[in-house]
Amino acid sequence: MSIPLAASAPVIDPSPASGVFNLLWVVIALPALGAALILLLGNRRTSGFAHLLGCATVLGSFVISLVLFVTLLGRDESDRQVGQVVYNWVDAGSFHAPFGLLYDQLSALFLLLITGVGSLIHIYSVGYMEHDARRARFFGYLNLFVAAMLTLVLGDNYLVLFLGWEGVGLASYLLIGFWQHKPSAAVAAKKAFVVNRVGDIGMALGTMLFFATFGTVSFAGISAAADRADDLTMTFLGLLLLLAACGKSAQVPLQSWLLDAMEGPTPVSALIHAATMVTAGVYLVVRSNFVFDHTELAQTAVVVVGAVTLLWGAIIGCAKDDIKKALAGSTMSQIGYMMLAAGLGPAGYAFAIFHLLTHGFFKANLFLGAGSVMHAMDDDVDMRHYGALSKAVPVTFLTFAIGYLAIIGIPPFAGFWSKDKIIEAAFGDNLVVGLATLVGAGITAFYMSRVMLMTYFGRKRWEEGVHPHESPKVMTIPLMVLAALSALGGLLIFGDWIVDWLAPVVGPEPELHLGVPTIVLTLVVLVVVLVGVAVAWLTVGRHEVPRTAPAKVSFATRAARADLYGDAFNEGVLMRPGDRFVEGLVVFDDRGVDAFVDGTASSFRGMSGTFRRLQTGYVRSYALSLLGGAVLVVLALLAVNIA
Amino acid sequence: MTSAVTLAAEFSKPDVEYSLISPLLIVFGVACLGVLVEAFVARERRYLAQVVLGLVGVIGALVATIMVAANLAPQGDTAGRGEIAVEGAIAVDGPTVFLWGTILVLSLISVLLFAERHLEGGITAFAGQAAALPGTTAEREASTRGLEHTEVFPLMMFSIGGMLLFPAANDLITMFVALEILSLPLYLLCGLARRRRLLSQEAALKYFMLGAFSSGFFLYGIALTYGYAGSMNFGDIAEAITGRIGGQVLLLAGIGLIAVGLLFKVGAAPFHAWTPDVYQGAPTAVTAFMAACTKVAAFGALLRLFYVGFGAARWDWTPMIWVVAILTMLVGCLLAITQTDIKRMLAYSSIAHAGFILTGFVGLHQVDSFAGTQLSSVQAVLFYLVTYGFMTIGAFAVVTVVRDGSGETTHLARWAGLGKTSPLLAGVFAFFLLGMAGIPLTSGFTGKWAVFTSAVSGGAWPLVVVAVLLSVVAAFFYVRVIVLMFFSEPVGDGPTVTMPSVMTTVTITVGFAATVVLGVFPGPVLDLAANAGQFIR
Repeated sequence: MSIPLAASAPVIDPSPASGVFNLLWVVIALPALGAALILLLGNRRTSGFAHLLGCATVLGSFVISLVLFVTLLGRDESDRQVGQVVYNWVDAGSFHAPFGLLYDQLSALFLLLITGVGSLIHIYSVGYMEHDARRARFFGYLNLFVAAMLTLVLGDNYLVLFLGWEGVGLASYLLIGFWQHKPSAAVAAKKAFVVNRVGDIGMALGTMLFFATFGTVSFAGISAAADRADDLTMTFLGLLLLLAACGKSAQVPLQSWLLDAMEGPTPVSALIHAATMVTAGVYLVVRSNFVFDHTELAQTAVVVVGAVTLLWGAIIGCAKDDIKKALAGSTMSQIGYMMLAAGLGPAGYAFAIFHLLTHGFFKANLFLGAGSVMHAMDDDVDMRHYGALSKAVPVTFLTFAIGYLAIIGIPPFAGFWSKDKIIEAAFGDNLVVGLATLVGAGITAFYMSRVMLMTYFGRKRWEEGVHPHESPKVMTIPLMVLAALSALGGLLIFGDWIVDWLAPVVGPEPELHLGVPTIVLTLVVLVVVLVGVAVAWLTVGRHEVPRTAPAKVSFATRAARADLYGDAFNEGVLMRPGDRFVEGLVVFDDRGVDAFVDGTASSFRGMSGTFRRLQTGYVRSYALSLLGGAVLVVLALLAVNIA
Repeated sequence: MTSAVTLAAEFSKPDVEYSLISPLLIVFGVACLGVLVEAFVARERRYLAQVVLGLVGVIGALVATIMVAANLAPQGDTAGRGEIAVEGAIAVDGPTVFLWGTILVLSLISVLLFAERHLEGGITAFAGQAAALPGTTAEREASTRGLEHTEVFPLMMFSIGGMLLFPAANDLITMFVALEILSLPLYLLCGLARRRRLLSQEAALKYFMLGAFSSGFFLYGIALTYGYAGSMNFGDIAEAITGRIGGQVLLLAGIGLIAVGLLFKVGAAPFHAWTPDVYQGAPTAVTAFMAACTKVAAFGALLRLFYVGFGAARWDWTPMIWVVAILTMLVGCLLAITQTDIKRMLAYSSIAHAGFILTGFVGLHQVDSFAGTQLSSVQAVLFYLVTYGFMTIGAFAVVTVVRDGSGETTHLARWAGLGKTSPLLAGVFAFFLLGMAGIPLTSGFTGKWAVFTSAVSGGAWPLVVVAVLLSVVAAFFYVRVIVLMFFSEPVGDGPTVTMPSVMTTVTITVGFAATVVLGVFPGPVLDLAANAGQFIR
């Protein structure tokens, strides 16, 4: 084991799996098997048991993850990285990439999040999707997603990671478009796929550049050799990985797909587009800390992307009347926080992951709560048709409220601890960045209070014939568990546990330099949050909420409703010129290429027809051509050599 | 008396290495036996006797070739192995035994094709009574009596013998004799078709006249070269050229005229005119045999003469071969586009292949000065000949089984929709066509790759550019047939595929298998070609 230099990132150096860690591959294999069974047997044949099988495989993986985690806790700190090679995947020339798994402190946390929250959402889906004829297929896709996501976080090299990366992209595409009979869902799925492709190019190019630079794609090999690579290469690598992260995590400028992705069933929005998949970009940046620690430029880019996105998403969240889209804007914004923290280097890695975990709890909680409300309101998503639901769906209301308190950062709920840490770290880095996070916290408080007020308080604005009712137990119990996690998730930070736990992977946290005591900053943040809540009360809570969205609104509201013109930008700058370009290419292809090819072909045919006539069938003319040829050959020989 | 004594003193008994040339002797011996069979065996038993004799002869020669190959001794300190036999007349070296093996294997499956009796209803595809004029009572009588010419087998054996001698000949006279031995029986065989006899006889006559004409050029070239070098022997000619004794014009004219004779045999432009007419008119079995084996033998002879005898004048004749190669590929690919007869199309295709082989011919001469990974042109050409031979025999064998009431249906339009009525056969034929087009995973691709690699390392890249471009043109007319077979509706009362006997089936199967195996695992045969090494002097 090489001893890392003081300034550089820790080297990944796993020990071979032994004992219970030999079960590592089973964590992926279980949901993969479930997906294979359900999808290969088909919807009809598995409709009787697919939901049970789907839940069982993920629960099985969760139990194994828990056992592994406890075992890892019991190990010595220097012995907490475990590697397992499942089989030799690619072995071509100098390119070797085993299907290798890496279980360390970082992937351990992800395993618990994915399988834990995943189990809860699977169980919730049993109730939510009960009346859907294609429920079995839905569980097949969900299992496929879980297997792919586990591959993503367990891979010990960038190629396996890429496999999982593409796998979750596929599952996301399939699930966004699950109700494919709706054109909006089909279009949203395609949009997500296409935008993700842009990010995937970054991932693919990054993987290739890793191989070209280091001769390997394994985390262990690259982290060991990272000190020897030149800064420019590292910057390129960092920017490529950032591009990949932007696509998967819906960060500006590749943010546009996430709001549309809400067309998928709500459990999908909770699991994939809130708690797990969209955080893969954060995982990628944190996992690649050995790259980003060598390139200040790429780190700055990550911070800028994170800061812009956290404000971008928050502003969009303020203007949305669709409850899921408001939450989606919030997801974008919260991932912006994580991304920003990840860009701060060792000062922020641990907090990025901490916020990722707590966000996974409370955002899944909020989404499932929103799903429960929709369930009660006959799948209506417009908050202007809600109101006064706190009595009608009391369990949902209470759990949603806990999630609400968590996300806006009221102590002692989970979000307070994690967001506060990020804001502190941001101020420690740069005043502007710090202010962005602070303002973001205020806006978060505003739009979440708005959601809360419009949904549960005020007067009934229900559509006719809607009779809200509380959801069945199979849906409310997962809500309660997630609410408990949202409330207690902050415990992870006590005694700096998560910071110390992750230090061997991401490096120790440097000392924080703030001009003021941290308690002052915390109080300022709390005040800003309360101001946000108050503004929401003044603008939304006190007034009657119109049943239709007012048309005469300020420019800012119009912009936020239009997703800050992200789609308009893409259309104007990329799509229309792209269309023009393709039209031009078609014209060129028709008139230029085809004409050339057809012309060549017909000229050959014409020549063939002409020269054919030389083949007269008369032996005398053949003999003449023979003679002519002979004379030519001899003359040519003589001419070339004598002249 | 004095003169007799002087003569006796000058004449020494020639020293003949019988074991070294045993394959030749076996084939010629079998051919003579075949003549005796015709004379002494009853008519009804001749067919069986001749087929068995032919197969035994070819297999025996093949075994003898393997024995000779196993015992080739390294020659001095050169890269070549083997020795000059029969007083300098025959060179038995690595390339010789490789070519012998190739010719004999191809001949073996050709014999099976000759012996096919199933397709014509229990009789061979050769004329019942060649002497009877077409359309006369005598001819009708011959067919009703079920006559058949079993002389085709001894004729074929003589031709095979000539083909074996041709690339082994080490002096100009032996080469000329071999040329005639291989050609004369072929002229006869071309005229022996049972169906469409006029076309067949016309083909034979054309082939004979033009062949005689080109032999004249060849002989005159020999005379001029002898005038220059004072010897017929390749080794002596090479020394004379190295010494640069005077009379360049004699030498160059000699090279040119001899080249005409050989290029005529391989069917290179502008000496190709006979090929389509003869390939079309000859009985298809003969076309298959002649297209594959003659080309192998003639290219072998071309390689030996120009590398050993005229090797020192390499820079004098290379430009001429460049021009001929380009012209040949151009003519072959261009004219094949508008052909409507499958046999004529395959004939032009074989002209194009001759051009591709000539591309390899001017490639890297000696591999020694480079890393061992490169292919010399000898290896590349030898390998290409193997791939070409199997594809060609296989393709023509397929043509023999696609028939209607009046015999083989060779008009392309009648092949439309064959893929729907006989998918297996059409699939096999499509595979041969893809092979000839040089699509990867077929032997045609590996062969093309070999000659082009050798040509590029020899600095002939402009030639390779032309060759690759023309390969694209060639792909058109091959794929056109595939499209016709699989994507057109069958014509009414179209041809039916007659089930052949096991013999033609074996021929097609062997051709197909070779095309697949040499495309997927070319290694062993490439190694064999590499082991053949260089020509010896």
